[in-house]
Amino acid sequence: MTLMQGRDITIGYEGDVVIPDFTFTVEQGDYICIVGENGSGKSTFVKTILGLIEPLKGRIAYNGLRGNEIGYLPQRPLIQRDFPSSVMEVVLSGCLNRHRGMFRYAPHEKEKALSVLKRLGMDGRAGDSYQELSGGQQQRVLLARALMATEKLLLLDEPAAGLDPRTSSQMYGIVSSLNSQGITILMVTHDIHPVLNDAKTVFHFSHRSFYQGSKDDYFHTEMGRVFLKEAGHDHS
Amino acid sequence: MIIAEILSYGFLARALAVGFLISLTASLLGVSLVLRRYSMIGDGLSHVGFGALGIAAVLSISPMAVTIPVVVAAAFLLLRMSERDTGGDSAIALISSSALAIGVIAVSLGGVNTDLNAFLFGSILSVSRSDAIISAIAASVTLAAYLVFYHQIYASTFDPAFARATGIRCERYTSLLAVLSAVMIVVGMRMLGSLLISSLMIFPAMAAMRVARTYFSVSIIAAAESVIAFIIGFIASYAFSLPTGASIVVTHMAFFCIAYAAGRIRSRL
Ligand SMILES: Nc1ncnc2c1ncn2[C@@H]1O[C@H](COP(=O)(O)OP(=O)(O)OP(=O)(O)O)[C@@H](O)[C@H]1O
Ligand SMILES: [Mg+2]
Repeated sequence: MTLMQGRDITIGYEGDVVIPDFTFTVEQGDYICIVGENGSGKSTFVKTILGLIEPLKGRIAYNGLRGNEIGYLPQRPLIQRDFPSSVMEVVLSGCLNRHRGMFRYAPHEKEKALSVLKRLGMDGRAGDSYQELSGGQQQRVLLARALMATEKLLLLDEPAAGLDPRTSSQMYGIVSSLNSQGITILMVTHDIHPVLNDAKTVFHFSHRSFYQGSKDDYFHTEMGRVFLKEAGHDHS
Repeated sequence: MIIAEILSYGFLARALAVGFLISLTASLLGVSLVLRRYSMIGDGLSHVGFGALGIAAVLSISPMAVTIPVVVAAAFLLLRMSERDTGGDSAIALISSSALAIGVIAVSLGGVNTDLNAFLFGSILSVSRSDAIISAIAASVTLAAYLVFYHQIYASTFDPAFARATGIRCERYTSLLAVLSAVMIVVGMRMLGSLLISSLMIFPAMAAMRVARTYFSVSIIAAAESVIAFIIGFIASYAFSLPTGASIVVTHMAFFCIAYAAGRIRSRL
């Protein structure tokens, strides 16, 4: 089943075209890696499918996907430096979109938050101040919040940024297990390993152009070979 | 003792009850306003409220009927302006001083039966019975709305992009906050006056942020600080015959200094 589709859409910012006229589809259950050099439009694309910015031209059609079934990890969250908040408050806000009761979060929501934190190695930190964590720890907390929000689709914009190697491979493990449970993954990454190991589909952005193809097809294209080579995986 | 003495006067007990509710509500709204960098808007709105009061007095129409819609409309306008990156705060400052000027002219045209002092510095002790009831209802409804949407207001303040991306209608909660703050400012103006009401929203949040690190504890401490400072300021004004609004604000200031010092000491430890 197709989860979303954009036909001949143009994305960018007020009169500033980033990628003109391209077409993409996202199938349910897919694991898509979004790759491409800095400034090529990956984050712009992610923000556009989330509805945070409008496409300059065309519309994206969503199929059976509601706003409150999406988890999101922004590349650069716009969180004020002095905002008082505990780790638990941040993580629980991830499931607010489906939260029904008033006032208090339900016990199962709190349990889920604690178990997500634990999987990311942040157990015991639930009551700590978010602002007093290290950059990588903050990234883990925001990842936990994204996982709390995820029901059908998970969008990650460079999730490994700032994570230590062990946490980042744990994170890739969690993401691929979510995918095997049927959750659709769209992940922006500069890291070759999840592309080689986990992805089913690749979106490649470059110089105002867009490519969509299966992983195998992608690595047979010129840009796929260049990406492999630049990542130090050139075995030809 | 002194509290029993205050409570034995009907008008003082009434002022105490209304002031308590307004302090509680203003402090909670203030936490969101301060965190959203909307402190200037609170200040601007209170000046717009003053202008509207002045005009209501000249035309001799019911003050609440004029000020509430005018201040709510101004809240939306000022919010729009503050979302712009540059010039927004200058525009707010201009609107706010223009409204103040219009109010002063209106009051001077109104002549003897209007009291500039009461508008600017509040007159909590002369609040009538019906005014007290309206204020109490407005404050309670505002408080209830804030508590019901507590988590949504938190989420859309903490990270609006994430909240919108995951299906929370941030614009709705921003509008809600604008309406609640506008109502709160109009109601609170009767008590503290236009010049001081915004401090009732800002001081508690600022003091609480010095000593607490989670949103929940900041909210609780702000609320507690606000009602305690109000009661102390109120009693002090009665005991030493000081202007009520000003002595409440000075008490807030003292609490803020204590919280500031406590925060500094804590961070040194
Ligand atoms: N808010 C903005 N307003 C205007 N232009 C922007 C804005 N954000 C990004 N751009 C421009 O859009 C282009 C694409 O940016 P984008 O953030 O999508 O790149 P990216 O592929 O995510 O890069 P990176 O790998 O560095 O994260 C860039 O040329 C950038 O200058
Ligand atoms: Mg990016």
